[in-house]
Amino acid sequence: MNNIWLVMIAGGLITFGIRFSFIYLFGKFHIPETVRKALHYVPPAVLSAIVFPELMLHNGALDLSLENHRLLAGLVAVIVAWFSRNTLVTILVGMVALFVLQWLM
Amino acid sequence: MNEQSRNFWSGVRAEVPLLIGVFPFGLIYGALALNSGLPPVAAQLMSSIVFAGSSQFIAAQLFHDTAPGFVIVLTIAVVNLRHALYSASLAPYVASLSIRWKALLSYLLTDEAYAPSVIHYEKEGVTTYGHWFFLGAGFALWFTWQVSTAVGVFLGSAIPESWSLDFALPLTFIAMVVPVLKNRAAVAAALSAGVTALLAYSLPYKLGLILAALVGIVVGTLLEGQKEKAGME
Repeated sequence: MNNIWLVMIAGGLITFGIRFSFIYLFGKFHIPETVRKALHYVPPAVLSAIVFPELMLHNGALDLSLENHRLLAGLVAVIVAWFSRNTLVTILVGMVALFVLQWLM
Repeated sequence: MNEQSRNFWSGVRAEVPLLIGVFPFGLIYGALALNSGLPPVAAQLMSSIVFAGSSQFIAAQLFHDTAPGFVIVLTIAVVNLRHALYSASLAPYVASLSIRWKALLSYLLTDEAYAPSVIHYEKEGVTTYGHWFFLGAGFALWFTWQVSTAVGVFLGSAIPESWSLDFALPLTFIAMVVPVLKNRAAVAAALSAGVTALLAYSLPYKLGLILAALVGIVVGTLLEGQKEKAGME
C-alpha cells in the first residue's frame, strides 16, 4: 500500500514549507517586540535541549555517575569552550577526553 | 576574492566542525535505510528531497514497519516542526532578499546550517553579503549529507561504533552554546530547556525537544522582561 515516492515528496514539501514559513511571512505582518526578543533565546534553548539528553541520558535513563564518559567529556568540552571560544579546539579536546576515559575505564 | 565568495567560504569553514559529526550520521542513515527495505535510489533521493536527518531515520524505520503513508508523512512533519523556530529566528536577517534566495536558504535550513548562521548574524548583524555565509554553511552540509548517504548506501555500516564519532555532534553544539551564555537570562534559558529536554525525553516524535525549546525561550524572555522592569539593564 505504500508508495514511497509519494510519501517522500509529501514529506519533503511539508519540511520545506515549515522551513520557509516565517522567512516568507516576515514583513507581511507585524512581529511583536516580545516575539523578536524571544527569538534571541532560540539558540541557547534549542542547543541545550539537544545537548543535555546526549550527555546525561544513557539508554533513555538519567546517568549522572562518573561511569558516564560522555557526560565527563562533555563537561571538559564546556570548560574548554568557555576559555578557548574555539569550536575545533572544543571538539578535539572533547573527543580526546572521551577516548581517554573509554580507554582508562 | 570578492565579498560573495569570502562570505561563502567562511560559511563553509564554520560548518566544517559540524561535518565531522554529520558524515558518520549520513553513513549510518544510508546503511539503515537500505536495511529497512528502501530501494537504493529512494534511500539516496530522500536525502535531497526531505533533507532532514532525524526524520529520515524515522521515515526509514516506519517504512520498514509498513506504517501507512500518511503516518510517515505526519511523523516527518512533527519531527521537523522545530525548523519553524529556526525560520522565525532567521527571518529578520534575510527579510530583504529576493524570494528565490529565501526559498533556496529555506531549503538548506537544517539544525546544522541554522546554528553557525544565526551565530554569524547575531555577531555581524545584517551585512550586504551575509546570506552568502548562510549559503556556504548550508551547501557544505547539503553536499556532505549527499556524499555520506551514498557511501552508507554502498558500504553499509563501515565505521565501527567504538570510534564514537557521533559524539562530535553534541560537542559542536556545546562549542556553540557556551559563548552565547552572556547573561543570566540566556543561562536560565539554556538550563531550563536542558532540564525540560531530560524530563520530556520519552515523549514521542522528538516532541520533547520542541517543548524544551519553548520552555527555554519563555524563561529567557520573562527574565529579560523582569530585569528591564527593575531598571537593571
